[in-house]
Amino acid sequence: MIGNVTFTLNIWRQKGPEDSGRFVTYEARDVSSGMSFLEMLDSVNQRLIANGEEPVAFEQDCREGICGSCSLVINGIPHGPDRGITTCQLYMRRFLDGAVITIEPWRARSFPIIKDLVVDRSALDRIMQAGGYISVNTGGAVDGNVLLIGKDQAETAMDAASCIGCGACVAACKNASAMLFVAAKVSHLASLPQGKPERTHRVRAMLEAMDREGFGSCGNQYECEAVCPKSIGVRFIANLNREYLRAGVVESGLLSEPEAPHAESA
Amino acid sequence: MTMLNAKIPSGPLETKWDRRRFSEKLISPNNKRKLTVIVVGSGLAGASAASTLGQLGYQVECFCFQDSPRRAHSIAAQGGINAAKNYQDDGDSVGRLFYDTIKGGDFRSREANVYRLAQVSTQIIDQCVALGIPFAREYGGQLANRSFGGVQVSRTFYCRGQTGQQLLLGAYSALCWQIERGQVTMRPRTEMLDLVVIDGQARGIVVRDLVTGRLSVHTAHAVVLATGGYSNVYYLSTNASGSNVTATYRAWKQGAAFANPCFTQIHPTAIPPGDAYQAKLTLMSESLRNDGRLWVPKMSADHRCPGDISAAERDYFLERRYPRFGNLAPRDIASRAVKDVCDEGRGVGPSGHGVYLDFADVIEQEGLEVVRERYGNLFDMYHRITGEDAYHAPMRIYPAPHYTMGGLWVDYNLMSTVPGLFVIGEANFADHGANRLGASSLMQGLADGYFILPYTIGHYLATAKLSLIREDHKESRAALQRATNRIGRLLNAKGRRTAASFHRDVGTLLRNHCGMSRNEAGLKLALAKVPALREELWRDVVVPGSGEAFNQELEYAGRVADYLEFAELLCHDALHREESCGAHFREEYQTDDGEPKRDDSRFAHVAAWEYREGALPILHKEPLAFEFVQPTTRSYQ
Repeated sequence: MIGNVTFTLNIWRQKGPEDSGRFVTYEARDVSSGMSFLEMLDSVNQRLIANGEEPVAFEQDCREGICGSCSLVINGIPHGPDRGITTCQLYMRRFLDGAVITIEPWRARSFPIIKDLVVDRSALDRIMQAGGYISVNTGGAVDGNVLLIGKDQAETAMDAASCIGCGACVAACKNASAMLFVAAKVSHLASLPQGKPERTHRVRAMLEAMDREGFGSCGNQYECEAVCPKSIGVRFIANLNREYLRAGVVESGLLSEPEAPHAESA
Repeated sequence: MTMLNAKIPSGPLETKWDRRRFSEKLISPNNKRKLTVIVVGSGLAGASAASTLGQLGYQVECFCFQDSPRRAHSIAAQGGINAAKNYQDDGDSVGRLFYDTIKGGDFRSREANVYRLAQVSTQIIDQCVALGIPFAREYGGQLANRSFGGVQVSRTFYCRGQTGQQLLLGAYSALCWQIERGQVTMRPRTEMLDLVVIDGQARGIVVRDLVTGRLSVHTAHAVVLATGGYSNVYYLSTNASGSNVTATYRAWKQGAAFANPCFTQIHPTAIPPGDAYQAKLTLMSESLRNDGRLWVPKMSADHRCPGDISAAERDYFLERRYPRFGNLAPRDIASRAVKDVCDEGRGVGPSGHGVYLDFADVIEQEGLEVVRERYGNLFDMYHRITGEDAYHAPMRIYPAPHYTMGGLWVDYNLMSTVPGLFVIGEANFADHGANRLGASSLMQGLADGYFILPYTIGHYLATAKLSLIREDHKESRAALQRATNRIGRLLNAKGRRTAASFHRDVGTLLRNHCGMSRNEAGLKLALAKVPALREELWRDVVVPGSGEAFNQELEYAGRVADYLEFAELLCHDALHREESCGAHFREEYQTDDGEPKRDDSRFAHVAAWEYREGALPILHKEPLAFEFVQPTTRSYQ
């Protein structure tokens, strides 16, 4: 016996992409308040396995909030009730003894379910492959201090770059939009001098890939910001829109690669 | 019979690498297109190697078991990456980084490798900046640095507390570019289960598609393993739960020598272990030791609140024992000192396995806001896990398995004893000797992947005789059959015990007998117990579900089965090394005041173990010659 708290779990079980899926109720017994949410699920799974039953499939890896693997909708909220954390950083002391907890996978057409709570997020990788990089070869880079980058600018880039690619923003959005994800990457690279040469192509290519993958558009509900484990702000979506508009101006030939009027605030 | 030839270029240390690069054969761009390379793993080493090889024109196939290459465990590195840039003008140089690293490794690494690492380190920072990595900057726009353990200069570059993620995303973005260009084929959710060796050359791998469960063989002209370390053999470690030894262990069974497996790093500052349910230990970055002070009560079993214990009643044990380096003593030394005070009964917290890491002094001197800005994310993390506020009461920390310096043996060209099998990053043994200094693993992973392997593999491909092979070659089929049989045995055992219960047992055994301190009796006990545990696993493990489907428990059980074999190799190596060096502390070999006693006359060698079926592994020794530095007693006092 480890702890003395009990929970009732309604967990989404689905054998595979073709299966229709259903909620199944499990008791999580002998839970301690110091357990993490995933350790609580581990304990449920250990019992299932020992009985020869298939455990609940869910993704996890680093268990310290940085790899972006864990992806559970807990009581309707991606990554659970607390702000600025991933599922693996959620602890059972957050729940009252006897609580009923509903656990679902990320739900979005672009994230097909593989099994139970595991979804396929490779659409995000394909958006990155469309342009989420700076094309520089290995070797031959200039000294790191040649480019002076102001502290504020570096901090803004870092705020955007802290995205862990978990996809909670998509799961929280009514339109299943990946705007916050794309905005974070576009803003990170557009706010640094190294990213400037390709910024026009990048924003268009990544947004086209986003549409191609079936993600919806932004509805300005800000649900994405609310569930983002790294608290990435929707101001980056505004920045993405600005980058997109700027790309349109540049490509129309009206201006030859102007410095965007709002570049300083990026 | 394994032969060890490190192929280190002769001549002056400073020009060895330049001369090697010049003497290496090149391949014309037209011919590179016809050559395929398999890269297993997509962390810092794997992603940087795969993208650079793609850029050079090779056809690359890159595999990872995660759902995306961006999730490899390199992502979790917090603190930073070292480079001999001397931007702070505080006396740093390539020579000093070289010396710090070789001394930090307690003179159990190769001079030539470590010197090359220090040389390449400066290029890494430039490359990373070019890729858009948002390193911390000063107000004037220059790159910022901080200090790390075991050194007296400030040479660590960082991105808040997530340097690993930012460096990995940089390598991942380079990989994305090569995927888009068609140079790299990425195969996520695919796990390597065996190595295919044909005519003595590594020519392919057996993989399992983790979604469909299908096994298949992939062939190539060379294979690169970048599959990380094996700290998870201890069950509780700071590694991600997926990190495992399977790829390197399977390669060992196909003839690649395994070097210095007993060199395992136990990191001093992790959140102390709690109850039996605990699945991992969370690291608190070493950077905290820049400002935090470690202490325990002078009295044993002192259960008062830390605030009620006066300064005179506290033992700041690192400052007392190592006045020159104080709280920034290297990891192995700090960990052992923590263990010592806990063994004396002076540990704090419910289990007695903990010491205080106290920020009260720095908060008083520099203010709460400064500390919040510097370490806010770490304090938040601590609060979430323990429910305690470290701004007002000291943190409690305890050492945790974190990194493995041991790994597959490689020569100066990063090739294992199996021709055509290259090993990079944490998976090889090469650069850190018996102990790794903080912020050096990111450096090594990227050095291997961006700047070393892409040269050396070209020479191999240009000079090796590589016959045309078919995917259904008899060696391929044999390897496929081995993997199929193993999976079948796991599924058909239909016993009563879960894989996790075996993992916990072997981990406990190793932590007790082959952890921070080791002795002959304990190691022999572990060696006696592991085979029984392994037999029990094959008899009594239960793995529900099928092999032809997404089955996470099957993946895990396969990895645990390998830990149960690998644990023996680890203990054999620890038993053979009758000295204390770096992270390997044999209780029989210590000075009167508890400092390790190294034995250069008998053990200045790399221990490379060769697999033999059904018999004890054979030990081969690669002598370590020190031409340029004089091994000294490693003192931080």
